[in-house]
Amino acid sequence: MTTLLWVALPYACLAVFAAGHAWRWRHDQFGWTTHTSQLLESRLLRLGSPLFHLGAFGVIGGHALGLLVPASLTERIGVSEHAYHVVSLSAGTVTGVMLVAGLALLIARRLVNGRVRRVTTTMDKVLYAFLAAMVVLGMAATVGRNMLGGGYDYRETIAVWFRGIFWFQPHTELMTGAPLVYQLHAIGGFLFLALWPFTRLVHVWSAPMAYLWRPYVVYRTRRRAVGAPGPAPAAVRDAARRPVSSGR
Amino acid sequence: MRIRAQVAMVMNLDKCIGCHTCSVTCKQTWTNREGTEYVWFNNVETKPGIGYPKHYEDQERWKGGWKLDARGRLTLRSGGRAKRLSRIFANPDLPTLDDYYEPATFDKDILVNAPAGLTDTPVKRPHSALTGEPMAVTWGANWEDSLGGAHERADGDPNLARMPAAAAAKVKFEFEKTFMFHLPRICEHCLNPACVSACPSGAMYKRAEDGIVLVDQDRCRGWRMCVSACPYKKVYVNHATGKAEKCTFCFPRIEAGQPTICSETCVGRLRYLGIVLYDEDAVLAAASVEDEHALLDAQRAVFLDPHDPAVERAARDAGMPDEWIGAAQRSPIWKLIAEYRIALPLHPEYRTLPMVWYVPPLSPVLDAVGLAGRDDTDADDVFHTIRDLRIPVEYLAELFTAGDADAAAGVLMKLAAMRSYMRVRTLDGTVAQELLDGIGMTAEQVEAMYRLLAIAKYDERYVIPAAHAKDAAALEAQAASHDDCALDCEGGPGMTEQFHLSEGAGARAGLFRRTDGRRGLSLNPLRGRS
Repeated sequence: MTTLLWVALPYACLAVFAAGHAWRWRHDQFGWTTHTSQLLESRLLRLGSPLFHLGAFGVIGGHALGLLVPASLTERIGVSEHAYHVVSLSAGTVTGVMLVAGLALLIARRLVNGRVRRVTTTMDKVLYAFLAAMVVLGMAATVGRNMLGGGYDYRETIAVWFRGIFWFQPHTELMTGAPLVYQLHAIGGFLFLALWPFTRLVHVWSAPMAYLWRPYVVYRTRRRAVGAPGPAPAAVRDAARRPVSSGR
Repeated sequence: MRIRAQVAMVMNLDKCIGCHTCSVTCKQTWTNREGTEYVWFNNVETKPGIGYPKHYEDQERWKGGWKLDARGRLTLRSGGRAKRLSRIFANPDLPTLDDYYEPATFDKDILVNAPAGLTDTPVKRPHSALTGEPMAVTWGANWEDSLGGAHERADGDPNLARMPAAAAAKVKFEFEKTFMFHLPRICEHCLNPACVSACPSGAMYKRAEDGIVLVDQDRCRGWRMCVSACPYKKVYVNHATGKAEKCTFCFPRIEAGQPTICSETCVGRLRYLGIVLYDEDAVLAAASVEDEHALLDAQRAVFLDPHDPAVERAARDAGMPDEWIGAAQRSPIWKLIAEYRIALPLHPEYRTLPMVWYVPPLSPVLDAVGLAGRDDTDADDVFHTIRDLRIPVEYLAELFTAGDADAAAGVLMKLAAMRSYMRVRTLDGTVAQELLDGIGMTAEQVEAMYRLLAIAKYDERYVIPAAHAKDAAALEAQAASHDDCALDCEGGPGMTEQFHLSEGAGARAGLFRRTDGRRGLSLNPLRGRS
């Protein structure tokens, strides 16, 4: 069970994440879109969407910092454990609250507005449910455990296990001792990665940074030659004018 | 100099009767799908009026097109690159569906399934095509048709707001005191397209061969910046696929040398299609001219004279086929824009260099002449009225010359002089030299212009060279070996059952595809089976 949860599942999810993206990119360029619904509803989106996206950037950055940067490195560059804790907790709470508020607005928008509700696909519903669950678990861990509770040093356990996955040395014993809310968040996180390529989240990889330096007007030359044209419409018209014979 | 060819259109507004045939045939061809109910690649507006979508010409509100920044450089009105990306999560300038209209469908089953012997007539009711809920139809793409509701809303026309106050005050929306004309609009396929420039993913592009502006459906990621950047609001979001769609200038037909659907089916025969040659390197300078009244001439100057041997040589050096150069020389567009100078661009002040130009309507002016108690058959009276009355010349100027009333009046005078000249020419055979002097044209020019405007045949109105094919037979074989149709993408027009008529149910029902690609109805059902 331990191996299944903390070794097999992460690798399976990462494999689905990679293979799923490759498959979707090759076979579904047409479906690779943000699926914007601002046309249908703009008022709630203009508040909710920036909150959600900016909050998500902060949360993703926070996860990268917490999971990928070893505690020994921050200590070596002179950041004390306490300073790290204060920064991560405050920044994590602020961006987390933005994310929660944005997500709540976006979910409410899908429920309240009939137009948007109608274009919400099953995959959208799965995605929103998953996102909501992950955010609740994450906020429970950050606010409930670290701010109000006794605190838990995930940098010595979860982060080490997480990095171990990429060195092919997953230390499962580090996870079995972690609090339940962290365990659930970690498992959910990997399942979320597996879900990613099959949702509208793929638009993240199309963030249009190239727009900053490309020329404004794009010209394209036809790649394939055009087939030979048919007869001119006037010729067809004149041919049709000839009296119809009764034969054939 | 980088010489390019552009497929362009001119519409003669005097001949538009507002029948909406262009809109309907276009919709049947391109946008009769889920997600595009509200999408009109071609729509016909009544002017004065607020237009479709509502108030689309109000660029203070929608931030479409280009402007000059404080240092005189050309920038998108909605902001530069970084600002655009910062607004990618929610576009503050995007119209919502309420600015277009909520598409409706009707529960016709009620009529079909009504039991016999009802005392009341069953009534079908409108339901929202988006939510399925019953709804009241309160707006549509041609809601203002022929000034419908103008007394309530038409003073919201952004062109009236920009007109000089004294002239705007003269525009009345009372019966017998007003004027109107129809304005058919398609995508302008601009030389300096704001939509292409605003597309973050680079999915929108201008075709190098013929200048048609298209959206690559595979590369569009739904950032919806094109919709707000286009000052003509001619890029739409397909709310079912989440991708942008726009008028394609019927490129499959143009490639085959055929006119667009809207032109082909135009009842008034007011559309002209042809090639113009232009210098790509001159586009930016022309769009950046500071004085808005100088924009019209700057835009005209971008076009290259196809009869100039130097231009001809440059075109040949650039690899342009002889057929295209010949088409550019016979182009009705070149004649109307550059030779007779009676076609004007729609809102040149947007600085996109639009490629659908308009011959402004003389009829509302003649109505005004009659109302003023003058003789609308007397050129002198017409000239004076055009100068004095300023209605609706100031209005036409807002639409077509960035507010330069003299430029708009000059075009109207040419049209008025042509009518008077042809009238005396036809009645007693005399040549009214003073009329010709007044507009600075020769008798041959005026008579050729009259012919082009009034009686030009199909081949004179539509001069479209087929896309060049070096080895036609080989290409035909290649095309035939492809079973799949390029329009068969998900949500594309090819996905509807009745689209491909050459096989399946349609063919059996007596429909067939003619050799020019058009649908035909077989009168003899036995034909083709034997």
